[in-house]
Amino acid sequence: MGNVLLLAEHRQGALRDITFEMMAIAPKLAEDMGGEVTALLIGSGMDDMAKKLSEYGVKVQVIDDPGFENFNAEKYQKVLSVLIDEMKPAVLMTGQTAQGVDFMPALAVEKKLPLVAEAIGLEYVDGTLKATRQMYSGKVSATVAFKPAETYLVTIREGAVEAPEPAAAGSVEKIDSPFKEDITYRKFVEYIEAEVGDVDITQSEILVAVGRGLKEDKNMTLIEELAQGIKADVAGSRAATDAGWIPHDRQVGTSGKTVKPKLYLAMGISGAFQHVAGMKGAKTVVAINKDPEAPIFTVADYAIVDDMFKVIPALQEKIKELKG
Amino acid sequence: MKTIVCIKYVPDTSEAEVKVNPDGKTVDNSRFSYDINDADNYAVEESVLIKEDKGGEVDVVSIGPKQSDVMIRMALAKGCDRAKRIEDERIADHDPLMVAKVLAGAIKGEKFDLIMTGCYSNDDGHMSTGVALAEELGVNHASMVKKVEVLDGKVKAHRELEGGLMEVVELELPAVLTIQTGINEPRYAPIRGIRQAQKKELSVAGLDDLSIDPAEVGAEASQVVLENLYIPEVESAAEFIEGEPDEKAEKLASILVKGGLV
Ligand SMILES: Cc1cc2nc3c(=O)[nH]c(=O)nc-3n(C[C@H](O)[C@H](O)[C@H](O)COP(=O)(O)OP(=O)(O)OC[C@H]3O[C@@H](n4cnc5c(N)ncnc54)[C@H](O)[C@@H]3O)c2cc1C
Ligand SMILES: Nc1ncnc2c1ncn2[C@@H]1O[C@H](COP(=O)(O)O)[C@@H](O)[C@H]1O
Repeated sequence: MGNVLLLAEHRQGALRDITFEMMAIAPKLAEDMGGEVTALLIGSGMDDMAKKLSEYGVKVQVIDDPGFENFNAEKYQKVLSVLIDEMKPAVLMTGQTAQGVDFMPALAVEKKLPLVAEAIGLEYVDGTLKATRQMYSGKVSATVAFKPAETYLVTIREGAVEAPEPAAAGSVEKIDSPFKEDITYRKFVEYIEAEVGDVDITQSEILVAVGRGLKEDKNMTLIEELAQGIKADVAGSRAATDAGWIPHDRQVGTSGKTVKPKLYLAMGISGAFQHVAGMKGAKTVVAINKDPEAPIFTVADYAIVDDMFKVIPALQEKIKELKG
Repeated sequence: MKTIVCIKYVPDTSEAEVKVNPDGKTVDNSRFSYDINDADNYAVEESVLIKEDKGGEVDVVSIGPKQSDVMIRMALAKGCDRAKRIEDERIADHDPLMVAKVLAGAIKGEKFDLIMTGCYSNDDGHMSTGVALAEELGVNHASMVKKVEVLDGKVKAHRELEGGLMEVVELELPAVLTIQTGINEPRYAPIRGIRQAQKKELSVAGLDDLSIDPAEVGAEASQVVLENLYIPEVESAAEFIEGEPDEKAEKLASILVKGGLV
């Protein structure tokens, strides 16, 4: 039987988006493989989340145990290792998230099972499971086929598909945790919230965002001047944050902030999906990049293929002229 | 402290057009410049910082071609002590589980406190190798680490979660940490270090030298097949503004001002 076991992800009391996004993939896959979807929820105090998940018409199995109040990769691996043997799912899927990447590869090694990481699509054709994933920062797509195995392990990219609306009533069943011991070799200590800075870019109306294309710290003056002239706040990509050109709290993307300004000017940003995930809600996007193939252009409304250092000074001047 | 850092030689494709070879399974790499993988550069820096703080040694391990010796020497110039490069065309390097097995085979038998890998390779981007390596070696791990505090027999690792939230975990050593970019400020190799690096040990080994059975890390052993590579269609609904840089700027300025966007 081709059952799909979907490990739901939640944090700090709420299901994460990836969990619902997988609901766009798992049911169709299970149908094609001749099985059903079971969503597995591991945590403590899970009633509300379990109910919400069951509204997607799936069977929800819940391990509700104070020992799982916080995520622990080692404990997850222990539990899943047993459940794979017991439930024999054809597919175990979860998100390619900070959580998923922390145990799925180890689980694959332990169980000698195949893993495809960060699939953006899955297809079951003529008895073979095939995954689509991306390489070279999204410039190349790859089709990867699984060789026949008892269970296929796969992680799904965040934001790759849109989450469906709740479909039908499902069921909720509590199961006993197959692993109850405490682990001493890896301990959860605490969460530390992201730093708060002087400007909250999630509230900005206009953002001028820079990326690695800035090349050098001293070029920030140009960006700051442009931003000042149009009353914008400055933000940027992870590369700009890592380089120290902009503070951490100004980073846009999956590991930074999600912004939705009226206008987003992306300067020298390639548009990696981790970045785009944080800015695709902007109303109007302008992108300046010298690489015509840069993925940022797929989410842009206005595009300029050129050297930003040739365009920005003139842009600044023309705006000043027009605004008088 | 003995640290082993795993580094990968990757092409810089950020500004380049990528073409798939006629075999449909490889990318035409002939025109790319190669260097150390971004995250691995931070891992090298972190391991050297720990050595400078606590004493000890840093070994470098890399699976890659002869050309990558330049990258390896650079890591040695920054303060790593010795390096091992593994080259063998029988390795199924499209599968991070096979890569992890080879790295484990190269490391097995060595005493270490920490292993650092990058959390993500710029080319393949599996985010899997380090965690798989930890399981192969039977040691603890934490992935996506953006701060490391070495304690007595333990390490506190700050894992970067989505939205910039940090999860602090404490691991007993030895352990594998997969390092995220931005954890430190990678140094430039000092001139003196570059000279010294030429004298440091850089050994090259194949699978046979490491007593790794090729049948366990080759295409036969891998349970996944890379069937086909292709360039995804870039669909852009954007209005591309044409002309000389000045004209482009003028047109954009007028769109922004007249459209009431600024
Ligand atoms: C777990 C994880 C989480 C991540 N989270 C985030 C996140 O939250 N936010 C984020 O942004 N990234 C994130 N990343 C990183 C992401 O994958 C990319 O590496 C990053 O977004 C690249 O930043 P960039 O576009 O500035 O740099 P690059 O990709 O290097 O792009 C630079 C661009 O500048 C262009 N350019 C160069 N010179 C010029 C010039 N003179 N004029 C015009 N254009 C020029 C180039 O053509 C290129 O397209 C994450 C990665 C991982 C693995
Ligand atoms: N060929 C290799 N040689 C050495 N280390 C590697 C190699 N491939 C991957 N790694 C390590 O594994 C990390 C994660 O790679 P990946 O799982 O492909 O995202 C990299 O940052 C490297 O530290």
